[in-house]
Amino acid sequence: MKFTRARGVGLLGIFIAIVLLFAVNNSLGNKITETSKIQSIWDFTSTIRIPDSAKMKEDPKAPPVAAIELPTMVTISLICGALILVGGVLIAKNPERGWVAPYMSSVIGFGFFSILLWAVANNSVDLSDTLSRVVRLGTPIAIGALAGIVCERSGVVNIGIEGMMLTAACFGYAAAAISARMIYGESLPENVVKGVVWLPLIIGIFGAILTGGMMAALHAWLSIRFKVDQVISGTVINIMAVGITGFTRTNFLLKFESPLRAGLPQMPLGPLADIPLIGPILFDHKPITYLMILMVIGLNFFLFRTVWGLRTRAIGEHPKAADTVGINVNRMRYRNVIIGGMIAGVAGAWFSLEGSFGFDDGMTNGQGFISLAAMIFGKWNPIGAFGGSLLFSSADALQLKVQAYNFDLPSQFMQMLPYVVTLIVLAGVIGRAKPPAASGKVYEK
Amino acid sequence: MSNEQQAPAETKKNTELQPSKRRFGWLNEAIVPLLAILTAVLIGAVIVFVSIPGNKLPTFDPSIYGSRSDWFFSTLPERLRVTLSAFTGLFSGAFGDWTRPSTIPVAISNTLVESTPYILAGLAVAVTFKAGLFNVGAEGQLLMGALGSVAVAAFMPQWFGVASLPAIIHLPAALLAGVIAGALWGIIPGYLRAKTGAHEVITTIMLNYIALQVMDYLINGVMKDKSATLQRTPFIHENAALPRIISKATDPSLTGGQAYPRLITTTSSTWDLRIHMGIIIAFLMVGFIWWLMNRTPKGFEIKTVGENPEAARYAGMSITGTVVGAMGLSGALAGLAGTSQVIGLEYNLKAVFSSGLGFDSLAIALLAKSNPIAIVPAALFWGALRTGAGAMQVNTGISINLIQIIQALVIMFIAADQIVRWIYRIKQAEGGKITFNRSWGK
Repeated sequence: MKFTRARGVGLLGIFIAIVLLFAVNNSLGNKITETSKIQSIWDFTSTIRIPDSAKMKEDPKAPPVAAIELPTMVTISLICGALILVGGVLIAKNPERGWVAPYMSSVIGFGFFSILLWAVANNSVDLSDTLSRVVRLGTPIAIGALAGIVCERSGVVNIGIEGMMLTAACFGYAAAAISARMIYGESLPENVVKGVVWLPLIIGIFGAILTGGMMAALHAWLSIRFKVDQVISGTVINIMAVGITGFTRTNFLLKFESPLRAGLPQMPLGPLADIPLIGPILFDHKPITYLMILMVIGLNFFLFRTVWGLRTRAIGEHPKAADTVGINVNRMRYRNVIIGGMIAGVAGAWFSLEGSFGFDDGMTNGQGFISLAAMIFGKWNPIGAFGGSLLFSSADALQLKVQAYNFDLPSQFMQMLPYVVTLIVLAGVIGRAKPPAASGKVYEK
Repeated sequence: MSNEQQAPAETKKNTELQPSKRRFGWLNEAIVPLLAILTAVLIGAVIVFVSIPGNKLPTFDPSIYGSRSDWFFSTLPERLRVTLSAFTGLFSGAFGDWTRPSTIPVAISNTLVESTPYILAGLAVAVTFKAGLFNVGAEGQLLMGALGSVAVAAFMPQWFGVASLPAIIHLPAALLAGVIAGALWGIIPGYLRAKTGAHEVITTIMLNYIALQVMDYLINGVMKDKSATLQRTPFIHENAALPRIISKATDPSLTGGQAYPRLITTTSSTWDLRIHMGIIIAFLMVGFIWWLMNRTPKGFEIKTVGENPEAARYAGMSITGTVVGAMGLSGALAGLAGTSQVIGLEYNLKAVFSSGLGFDSLAIALLAKSNPIAIVPAALFWGALRTGAGAMQVNTGISINLIQIIQALVIMFIAADQIVRWIYRIKQAEGGKITFNRSWGK
């Protein structure tokens, strides 16, 4: 019996399921009757969220709620049983293709679901809020993955996305703070305080995009003009980002008083946001999240339906052939790497203007690297990368969600979850994903 | 830094044709890194010059200066003075204030202490560079090494139910535990790289974050010192500590009743130094890695796999074995760096332990062009920068992060040595480079 990828993944799935089963059994073993309640508002007129970690009170004025109550232990046992069964099939039959990625995704997805059930045992959770967090936290990962796709499809590996995001987050915030000070002075006028201060925030987003583009230009310059190894060049970007942002923060940002107090606002899309379950997940977000969805669809269109996309893919797969038909390979690469950096800049703006307002050292926290893993998971396709981002962000969302509950699993394990999932997915899936053929290679005529 | 081991085949041919140039081969090798450092430091000086914090300068007052640019020009002498004092602060922090000789031993010892983990972690990264791998995981491997060694150094007697173990058993056990823990943390990405093709840059970074959480969990859980208010492990046993070379005797009231060993015990505060045997271990490791890389078949295999994996495969070398071995060796060295910090310097493990050592060691390995001997001056330079940065911050209020910018610039100029060669009109060196980027798959 040969040890293959399918068997390895099957074995890993079985291992995860068994560990989960034991842990849950240890924690809830003697409380077999406990149930987990999963609920969502079921009403077309209200946008109220249900508070977590509390059963809904019998309030006559409360909006109608759709809820299912699952017996915690039984459901988790069934899920784990099924995962073990399928894992066994994988080991026994050793299928050639088509099994590994779906099985791994379901191990991760159902594993997360089980952990959520476990955490809310004898409690309730708002499903639409949980899933809306997945989309929200997936935003920077998905945008970062798009940035990676634009670079790599044209043949330049971009490991510096993390650094581009971090610098963009820093200078995007700085641009917003400084422009607000220049426009409004020491404090906001009375009529502006209540509304949203759009102008400085938009300037901030553009500042972030510009910063991302500049960092990317450095990456392009090093790796195309000077033919520096692209991994080293990306590392230079990452290290420099830590230095520049730390220096800027301690020397300027900490001392700078800005009248701006809040970042980009929540923008529910009218009646769409009131659709039960789906509304909060898709149509009740902040601007950059909507932008992300547009960018995913847009890049998919541009990459596969336009001349630019065809040329980009050509110089990433076979630059010599592209050159022969008259495409200027290196100019095209310069342009694409800079576009990629600008996209990464949008992700940076998410960190300091949308996800939270303000800049902290190292606030990107490895998300840039996770977005590279999402890109690989999605086989360098925008839609696939978006799926991968949701997979990784669900780990983050789960981690944040269960903090509200009194839960046996140590918080450190929950916090390492996104990184562990990235590691597993990368090791399990990558052999089946083929990067653009010329990715990482210097083009010389 | 002999020319033969550094230069690839083509350069060797070149130098044989021109024997007169060969004597200064090491100088040719060193000139670009030196100029890269010089350029980076100069750019750092410009940054200091432009961005001096306001409280060090006369405030801008329109009634006196007229415009901002007038103000800028009238503060030029003051800016120059502050910039110079930043760099004299950097120097005196690293090597002592030479007008007061009593500060010199402590400063130099601090620089050496700071350089010790850099030497070991730099070697760790250099080994993987030779194998064509880009190990960004020195940080995580170092943390795991520190965890492994502190577990043994602080808790091993408890496991056997005795009060203390003799140093001849306890010290080697602590060292070994750190080395093994680091090696295991390095083998994981090595194995994943060789078997599944998962790129080590991403996997090692993920493992860094995981190691951080594992450490956080352990020092808040089973390894926490219940009597301490800080989040830290108990002090290690005195028999598991690496001796300091010359220092005052420890005050047992500050170290949980442990009296840590010193080779020479002194009472003078001029000679109360933190330098410990870790630096000797680091030098031994430099020698060992040099020998391994240049005098053994294993080293030859690592270099061949790094330079030309196809050729290595045809020659019957095991790529998987070499990649896993190189990553394991690298992890072991990084683990040793963490170990020497714990049992030589800190004597316990705190929540805030390592800060960016992983990325620093990348810079050092690049600066030394992965040459084990050249790691020593590169690490000393880095240690001096780090030690001096503190003094500089006190002198001028310029943030320590300036050092990180200088560091990134150094790597940039080393990696893109064409820039430096172009600025200083130095001829292009011949010879191949190892590429790290063999794309994402296998």
